[in-house]
Amino acid sequence: MKILVCMKQVPQKDAPLKLNEGGTWIREDVSYEVNEPDAYALEEALRQKEKHGGEVVVITAGPARAQQVLREGLAKGADRAIHLDDNAFVGMDAMNISKAFVAAIKDDKFDLIFTGLQSDDYGYAQTGVIMAELLGWPHATIIMEIQKSDGGIKVKRELESGFFQHVGMPLPAVLTIQSGINKLRYATLLGIKQAKNKPLRKVTLDEVKSSLSDNMQKVEKLYIPQKSKKTEMLEGSPAEVAKKLVEKLRNEVRVI
Amino acid sequence: MPAFKFRGVDFIELDSLMSDDERLVRDTARRFVEENLVPIIEQCNREGRFPRELVSPMADLGFFGANLQGYGCAGMSNVEYGLVMQELERGDSGIRSFCSVQSSLVMFPIYALGSEEQKEKWLPTMAKGEKIGCFGLTEPDFGSNPSGMRTRAKKVGNEYVLNGEKMWITSGSIADVAVVWAKSEADNDRIRGFLVETNRPGFKASDVHGKWSLRASVTSGLSLQDVHIPAENVLPKSDGLKSPLMCLNQARFGIGFGAIGAAMSCYDTALQYSKLRKQFRDQPIASHQLVQEKLAWMITEITKAQLLALQVGRLKDAGKVQHQHISMAKRNNVWMALECARMARDILGGNGIADDYPVIRHMMNLESVKTYEGTHDIHALIIGENVTGISAF
Repeated sequence: MKILVCMKQVPQKDAPLKLNEGGTWIREDVSYEVNEPDAYALEEALRQKEKHGGEVVVITAGPARAQQVLREGLAKGADRAIHLDDNAFVGMDAMNISKAFVAAIKDDKFDLIFTGLQSDDYGYAQTGVIMAELLGWPHATIIMEIQKSDGGIKVKRELESGFFQHVGMPLPAVLTIQSGINKLRYATLLGIKQAKNKPLRKVTLDEVKSSLSDNMQKVEKLYIPQKSKKTEMLEGSPAEVAKKLVEKLRNEVRVI
Repeated sequence: MPAFKFRGVDFIELDSLMSDDERLVRDTARRFVEENLVPIIEQCNREGRFPRELVSPMADLGFFGANLQGYGCAGMSNVEYGLVMQELERGDSGIRSFCSVQSSLVMFPIYALGSEEQKEKWLPTMAKGEKIGCFGLTEPDFGSNPSGMRTRAKKVGNEYVLNGEKMWITSGSIADVAVVWAKSEADNDRIRGFLVETNRPGFKASDVHGKWSLRASVTSGLSLQDVHIPAENVLPKSDGLKSPLMCLNQARFGIGFGAIGAAMSCYDTALQYSKLRKQFRDQPIASHQLVQEKLAWMITEITKAQLLALQVGRLKDAGKVQHQHISMAKRNNVWMALECARMARDILGGNGIADDYPVIRHMMNLESVKTYEGTHDIHALIIGENVTGISAF
């Protein structure tokens, strides 16, 4: 199986949040890491390759710093990488990123495309789904398990309230992978060294520009929530106060 | 689990001085330590237990002999090796010590001074963590002055017979092989290195008990009484005191990086604690000038230490490093780390003495690190000799 894994570089979860001057996004000088859901997508792809053979290719879009996520992918065992290398990809919405990815892989023939369930920064959870639409492929989201079947795959999806759904689908297909479904491997030191010799193809903005359109989504304002304190006195007899308190805890604060 | 999650320490965008691969090596080691060592280290420290279960996972990641080429070793740069040491010591100096000894004091001398047969026999299995090594130089009466050692090797036929005592030997009683330094009668009493399998008759290792430092690593005394080893167990290229000192240089380099890890752990703990702990007018103690001065001192010294270690690493990778450079990194960075541990303990107040926080453990560990691998003062003499041209030993 030939699997493409879409990976994103996102600001580190634990890093202190620094907003840019316009309050529209995060400042450049924070630490970055691999989007955690994408790390699970990569892990699942590597496991599928170990079981069935084939090739794992990692792709990302972003400035030079974003190459780190590809290096990590290669060090963990991906065979080659594709880097859509431009600052302009940072502000693009999921529609344009999907269009750019699809344009960049037009000469490749993948059986599967994996993405993480969503990104830890924007949290749109759209890229995989839109790519499937653009390619005309079937897709399934929130994947817990993947098994090869005759002529396709069987997947297990996570639904709400502890329900699961089992879906059979043909290949090629796009899957968005749920986090925590496998144990992430480490990049070994030897793997990091060997990754230096693996192919990394750079794609410029110009190469995919004709496929892109205006952004359909834009972040207007980003802010750190203001902490506020409010005191409310409940009046009445103890029984009435207790009743009101329970109501508030149940309906407003929603802790019981 | 620890009270605070470690967040890294990078005040002046030092990451921008590192390559993608260097950062990836650092981040990999950091994640390994966070997930595997941090959750168990306080208990290990309490029990005085070396977490041997981590040897194999560390080997899988390529930590042992990481900066050696071939023989199953990862072939990392010296900076990358240093960053692994930093992250391990962010967890615990004892674990870093184990890795230093395995890599720099046993695998390195076999790599640099050993025969092809010795390299083939030991390096791949040591890289896999299947065999553990220890390094026997220090003796009960000879620490800073190893040239006075009493351990002797006498050549009898096609064998050497070793007699002597070694002390403060990391991993002594868990080792499969000891690199023992002894005066060789057949070489006019010049110091030479011998590979001694620890199951040979007459070899005995006894652990040092009652340690209040490096409690998560094994420290032993070695006794060699008429230990017969085949003549091919001598390290053929070992010749004089400079051979063990060459090995120590490797390990000291790793300590120069490692100590930064302990300091980062203490600083980060103190910083997070000071923002949560409230005293006077319900304000966090981080708002107090005296606390800020301590935090400012720590972050400044850590940053200077990072620059020093990185430059020494760059010199080492370029083949230009001198032993006095490594002495400066070891001396300054361990001293700085110990001061950070003490200041962090101050900021944590009473909580600083309990093992709910890593600070007191780092402080106790660093007391050893300040002394071993060339004491703080001996390194001052090495730097002093270099700048004046006059030996003061």
